[in-house]
Amino acid sequence: MTTKKFMFVNRKAPYGSIYALESLEVVLITAAFDQDVSLAFVDDGVYQLKKGCQTKAIETKNFSPTYRALDGYDIEKLYVEKESLEARGLTEDDLLVDVTVLDSQSMGALMEEQDVVLSF
Amino acid sequence: MLHIINKSPLDRPTLDSLLRMGQSGAVLLIEDAVLAATQGHAAAEKLRALMTKMQVFALAPDLEARGVSDRLIDGVTGVDYGGFVDLVAEHPNCQSWL
Amino acid sequence: MPNIEVNGKSIEVDEEGYLVNLSDWSEDVANHIAQVENLSMSESHWEVVNFLRDYYEEFQIAPAVRVLTKAIGKKLGADKGNSTYLYELFPYGPAKQACKIGGLPKPTGCV
Repeated sequence: MTTKKFMFVNRKAPYGSIYALESLEVVLITAAFDQDVSLAFVDDGVYQLKKGCQTKAIETKNFSPTYRALDGYDIEKLYVEKESLEARGLTEDDLLVDVTVLDSQSMGALMEEQDVVLSF
Repeated sequence: MLHIINKSPLDRPTLDSLLRMGQSGAVLLIEDAVLAATQGHAAAEKLRALMTKMQVFALAPDLEARGVSDRLIDGVTGVDYGGFVDLVAEHPNCQSWL
Repeated sequence: MPNIEVNGKSIEVDEEGYLVNLSDWSEDVANHIAQVENLSMSESHWEVVNFLRDYYEEFQIAPAVRVLTKAIGKKLGADKGNSTYLYELFPYGPAKQACKIGGLPKPTGCV
């Protein structure tokens, strides 16, 4: 089977809408297909990786720890756009998993390389 | 009037609209809108401008859920669900900006 | 919703027998579900169930079989981190059956 390059582009903050969780579930399910998967976090999507989320008071399941499971699913290519972090007063230290921080140009170039891009 | 905002400030231009049209009263940020009230955020300046004519509140449970409770900007008051209800009761009318 | 009866207490489960509330779980509940699945819980069974419960606690999901196998191999040794061993313990699927016994939801992506 030929391997294709898949990228999941995450652009929404978690918990305020269902996009982040839906994306994460699709990523976990499709991990079984052994493709070349990259996750991109841009715009408000960078908040998905924010440390210290506590969802008890909003009575919503806290899926932040699940991003730490991605490594075990062999999903190791996580990219975060530098400009998106900066616009939100965040740095790499605020994130709960290891990522590669890219500037906008590099992120755009990486998107161009993909066979399939799924946007959430 | 109480203005309730629930969408991310970088996703919708509600803060700009409110800066133009808002008169007095209070703004309550809930759900993804609480992100506007965090240190270093691009929208924090707009919120400061808004504070010159309105009081600004943010829902604490939503700050906690997004891991940003510890970086609330000065001038914004955190409220719990009881505080949310009080704000609605205190104002003669309210508008939920979607 | 259907219910199961354990120690005189009625516990809610879904159509496939998974607990509706994770907090209802106890070792007695586990033994009861295992019995329904025609399994008798040995030390080896418990090892896998406990591993899954720890995994869920840490990551908030039940892992896919492939991920479970790899993770068990890492933690409990290569002789246990293979599907033959795990399917011998849980013939209807280690992730599916062991999750059910562990009071966890069905693994994500498992149909």
